[in-house]
Amino acid sequence: MLKTILIGLKDLKLMFRDRAALVFMLLAPFLLTIGMGFVTGRFSGGSSGLSDIPVIIVNLDNEQLGNALADIFSSEELANLMEPAESSGPEEARRLIDEDQAAAAVIIPEGFTRSIIPAGGTSTGEGLIQPGPVKIEVYTNPSRPLSAGVVKAIVDEFVSRVEEGRIAGLTSISGLIQAGLLDPQNAESEARALFQNGNQIENSAITLRTNQEGAEAIEFDILAYMAPGMALLFLMYTVSYGGRSILAERSQGTLPRLLVSPTSTGQVLGGKVLGIFLTGAAQVGILILASTIFFGVKWGDTLGLIVLILAAVFGATGWGMLITALARTPAQIASIGSTLMLIFGVLGGSFIDLQQMPSML
Amino acid sequence: MSVFLEAYGLVKKYGDFTAVKGISFDIKEGEIFSLLGPNGAGKTTTISMLSTLYTPTSGDASIGGHSITKNPMAVKQVIGVIPQEIALYEDLTARENLIFWGQMYGLSGQALTSRVDEVLEQIGLIDKAKNKVKTYSGGMKRRVNIGVGLLHKPRLLFMDEPTVGIDPQSRRAILDTVKDLNKAGMTVLYTTHYMEEAQEISDRVGIIDHGELIAIGTQKELTQQVGQTETLVLHIGENEDSKALANSLGDVKDVLEAIAGNQEVSVITYEAEAVLAPVVTMANERGIKIRSIDIREPNLEAVFLQLTGRALRD
Repeated sequence: MLKTILIGLKDLKLMFRDRAALVFMLLAPFLLTIGMGFVTGRFSGGSSGLSDIPVIIVNLDNEQLGNALADIFSSEELANLMEPAESSGPEEARRLIDEDQAAAAVIIPEGFTRSIIPAGGTSTGEGLIQPGPVKIEVYTNPSRPLSAGVVKAIVDEFVSRVEEGRIAGLTSISGLIQAGLLDPQNAESEARALFQNGNQIENSAITLRTNQEGAEAIEFDILAYMAPGMALLFLMYTVSYGGRSILAERSQGTLPRLLVSPTSTGQVLGGKVLGIFLTGAAQVGILILASTIFFGVKWGDTLGLIVLILAAVFGATGWGMLITALARTPAQIASIGSTLMLIFGVLGGSFIDLQQMPSML
Repeated sequence: MSVFLEAYGLVKKYGDFTAVKGISFDIKEGEIFSLLGPNGAGKTTTISMLSTLYTPTSGDASIGGHSITKNPMAVKQVIGVIPQEIALYEDLTARENLIFWGQMYGLSGQALTSRVDEVLEQIGLIDKAKNKVKTYSGGMKRRVNIGVGLLHKPRLLFMDEPTVGIDPQSRRAILDTVKDLNKAGMTVLYTTHYMEEAQEISDRVGIIDHGELIAIGTQKELTQQVGQTETLVLHIGENEDSKALANSLGDVKDVLEAIAGNQEVSVITYEAEAVLAPVVTMANERGIKIRSIDIREPNLEAVFLQLTGRALRD
């Protein structure tokens, strides 16, 4: 085990002394990310590459939940990101979108609130479970996919919160009936009272979470999108470069020398794999740290991020070993690795927004 | 002296090609044994099998009482290998290389540090130990390459053509190092295609050609084996017909054999001076211009020539 670690650490040291490798491992993704930042206006002073997204709000509901959704778009937290405008009706809103006047229209249908919180007497005890709520329509502008995507993400977040509250309330009432703690005859009035009371409390929670935590999550930062993409893309380069070192060691004679020392084949192979893993983890770690320090990219929960990095590097290491097993020379690894890296980089969304890809992909 | 290495019937095949054809020999403790043969004779393949890098197709060898096929890890503990190519990490310093390889041989802590210092002193690179290997000259790299093989003080050292491609000064230093190590009690298996090296350092020599060990013994035993002959080497122009001259010289009195080479003819005889005049006369009669003549007394080159019909460098 000790020899495996020593071989891995030796490979890590060698990789970080190889200037050409460092350029590809760290400098290239860093510069590409900076380039993307400039191209998208990320460094032009705003907090985001996207700002003042024009959105049309059509609130036909005019009740509790419809108004709450409309308020989100005009909230202070989204003031820089969104530029909402109201419209008289759905047709007018769709026309404005078709004329490229806005990125998306949010059409809140009449009865949206009632479909979730029924009015008194509209439901019987047996009919406690309501039919599905009326759908909110987000009419998007195909020429502004990123902006429309942000609008859609805000609406999805809102609907998701409302749906969570509705299902939680219904589950609680059903449980009370089954336990005999609630008379089915009184279920509807209790449910409505519970939902409305809960909603008064939860409504602020929903709004608060949407506006703070949710807004942070859905705030579209092009660097937050590009930085992980570039880190993973160049991680693929690193692991294939690491795999190449196995064949390079064979050709430069150090692998045979290792094999005639009292070191088993398993220890040597394990050390090489560990070296690739450590190098990949160090590379991604440095890129994440740099993007946080220099670009202010938020990566979320630290522990979760570490687990995610290690899992991604572990998977990438297997990828590198697979390419190594398929190749016979270091040059073959370089060509196979680079080709597959670019193909999977494109398909994985490292270069372009996957929403712009054909649906079959 | 007790036998430290004993190889019996070592064979290595690659598909239809047989690189080593049933080699058997032994090396006694404390001796320098050289495998002498041209490039492609099977020297490196033999060392690779003995050092457990390659598994023999058939046959086996015992080193320090351990079988190379049944207990390779025990064999690795008692041998040191200095490969033909420079097998070092060029982006590491000499000291870092020695530390890493020392760790691979199980050294650690103060013992490792002390041994690395000793070896750096021994190879004369203590002052440049902090420089990366890639900044070294070819000779300096060779010295580090040798140093790695000495770190764990092996009882048997394999040296596979360690002087290939280096300057005469470094070559001299390496040969002196081999002799010093041997004086200190180390057993050495040395491969080379330089006859002079084998003659200078070896207690015994095995001559290998086309994967077969064709002769083995001390230099005296080997020269006696082929008879007390001398060789007259006639150097001729590049447009001259060496085969025709060799055929003619075969009929000259006291000439045992005449062998055509590249722009030269080797005349094997018991007394070179006695046949010198008739040989020159025959060449003149044939219209072949002789540019120079060498007289070679019996040596391993002559042995190889006698046994194979070819010069070592061919």
